[in-house]
Amino acid sequence: MSKEPVAVAGIGQTHHAAARRDVSLAGLVREAARRALDDAALTWTDIEAVVIGKAPDFFEGVMMPELHLADALGATGKPVLRVHTAGSVGGSTALVAANLVAARVHRTVLALAFEKQSESNAMWGLSLPVPFQPPLLAGAGGFFAPHVRAYIRRTGAPAGTGTLVAHKDRRNALKNPYAHLHEHGLTLEAVRNSPMLWDPIRYSETCPSSDGACAMVLTDRAGAARAPRPPAWVHGGAMRSEPTLFAGKDFVSPRAGRDCAADVYRQAGITDPRRQIDVAELYVPFSWYEPMWLENLGLAAEGEGWKLVESGATELDGDLPVNPSGGVLSTNPIGASGMLRFAEAALQVRGAAGEHQVPGARRALGHAYGGGAQFFAMWLVAAAPPTG
Amino acid sequence: MPEQLTAPLVVSFPFTRSLGPVQSAFLTGLRERVVLGVRAHDGRVLVPPAEYDPTTAEEIHELVEVGTTGTVTTWAWNPAPRPNQPLATPFAWVLVRLDGADTALLHALDAPGPEAVRTGARVRVRWAEQRTGAITDIACFEPHDGPETGHATPHHGTFTDPVTSLTAPARLDYTYTPGRAQTRHLGNLARHLLTGERCPSCRKVHVPPRGACPTCGVAATEQVVVGPRGTVTTFCVVNIKARNLAIDVPYVYAHIALDGADLALHGRIAGIPYDQVRMGLRVEPVWRDGDRHPDHYRPTGEPDADYDTYKRLL
Repeated sequence: MSKEPVAVAGIGQTHHAAARRDVSLAGLVREAARRALDDAALTWTDIEAVVIGKAPDFFEGVMMPELHLADALGATGKPVLRVHTAGSVGGSTALVAANLVAARVHRTVLALAFEKQSESNAMWGLSLPVPFQPPLLAGAGGFFAPHVRAYIRRTGAPAGTGTLVAHKDRRNALKNPYAHLHEHGLTLEAVRNSPMLWDPIRYSETCPSSDGACAMVLTDRAGAARAPRPPAWVHGGAMRSEPTLFAGKDFVSPRAGRDCAADVYRQAGITDPRRQIDVAELYVPFSWYEPMWLENLGLAAEGEGWKLVESGATELDGDLPVNPSGGVLSTNPIGASGMLRFAEAALQVRGAAGEHQVPGARRALGHAYGGGAQFFAMWLVAAAPPTG
Repeated sequence: MPEQLTAPLVVSFPFTRSLGPVQSAFLTGLRERVVLGVRAHDGRVLVPPAEYDPTTAEEIHELVEVGTTGTVTTWAWNPAPRPNQPLATPFAWVLVRLDGADTALLHALDAPGPEAVRTGARVRVRWAEQRTGAITDIACFEPHDGPETGHATPHHGTFTDPVTSLTAPARLDYTYTPGRAQTRHLGNLARHLLTGERCPSCRKVHVPPRGACPTCGVAATEQVVVGPRGTVTTFCVVNIKARNLAIDVPYVYAHIALDGADLALHGRIAGIPYDQVRMGLRVEPVWRDGDRHPDHYRPTGEPDADYDTYKRLL
């Protein structure tokens, strides 16, 4: 028996900010979930199961928050599942929910991911002082900066590529009312002159720390037929993992990322991703990761991701817009960041992305990664239902 | 087999919580010696209050004041209180349904012994002298000799200077044991010897050793001495100071492939101006007296390694 086609019938997100002190954790997830239900014109009773994702419990210090949040998500009497794959978790959560529908376990599932970083301690949550170990010498930016240098060395990319990406994403965010950073009047010059934090990564090339949540209603063909607005259809979805450190790991272009993309393209019948994909939302927490992922995902030839950036193709009006929402660089509630990528891909093919809509987008890629480039999750969504 | 190392690992953070409208009213009320509940759609009074109806999932706002006396619905004796629990002497954990409420609140009951506690016992709130807008504003419950009184009465839930957030200190105490492979490695490091393990299947040398090959999943048995010299494969210049790290910025955080190792480890480069560090730089470890791990790596003065010799390690 073939899989049930899966539709994204509702999408909701919070207004993201450095600190959402006006809401409790429950109030935060509620805001996103409510918007997703409203978008799908559904009520809590229409939801059969809830799948939640967030970063490690240490972040907010609420152990098993899915239990505490069940009331706010209308999960009484329903299955609640928690997904846990570090920064990629928002993507994985959407895929677990989609698989429940595809397998006909449930007809309509609410997927939700969140982080309230203002009430957490991401730095210490990620780097506990383990006895007998030398102290960690840098935070997340320091961890990824050497890989950026390796990318530059491997491809001969000019120093300004990261600046171009950061400037683009922050300008895209100005068109997204939900984005955390709205840096009006930010010039390329200002990005270029922002302080060098972890050379070669500058301040303006790094993601912020945000409070926010994202939710999606995933449903079957019957649910899609009842939906008041056109859904996005899932044509492919995959997850891949690999160790953080091992002999032979390619930190610049991890194999797990390449394999994950290949699986998604195979499912979706994509043979030429550069031409067949209209828009991509990639998990880019440091601007240099845009050209790196373009190559890793087969959207640019090896060594040529930076050329695609320089050509302007990834701008909102280019022929392969990347991160029209403003991306992780403009909004980063860690647990939700992956789902925001998946949700933006779906918004684009539904034609519902507002001012950051890519005209005529028919196929979109949503991408997330997490850990030390350890977990990958991607989906490809389209305006038309899958055939066959 | 070497002696097992162990050490305490304490994880302790002061987390903050934004309370939202309902919890804010509840905790501010406690500060004012008022216990508030919320009325659910089915008419039940929930204490402590919830923001969302547990049955219908709708928002609920209708605050009510309940009594400060109540009835124990169930209990468990705590013979050995831990630090920061409500009472320092043995006490009962109790679920108390306050008069006027339909659900029960978890708290402590001050009682001389388990024989003095029973389901159905009447109890009353003992308020803390210093109240800040927290559940600990109820110091505990104590036995109360009186019938069930009072019922829920409407309450506006507004107070001057409401509590809108709280700080929740959390602490976890672990005993950390590094395991056999790492213990052996740490013993070697104390003798300034850098060691790795060769996988019997793929023949790759992993540093630091972990007892098994992460790629092949088989136990590694062969110890290999690596380095001490190595090559900087890539690096970044750190310009922002990390907490609890007594290193002046800028400094160089590098990936260093020790000679004979098949992946790079991480270390700091010194003994050379930070802006002269480069990929391919040849370095060696420098230990400070008594330290187990190298403090940093410094240039050996050898010619730089050719890119082709280390590019597979990036």
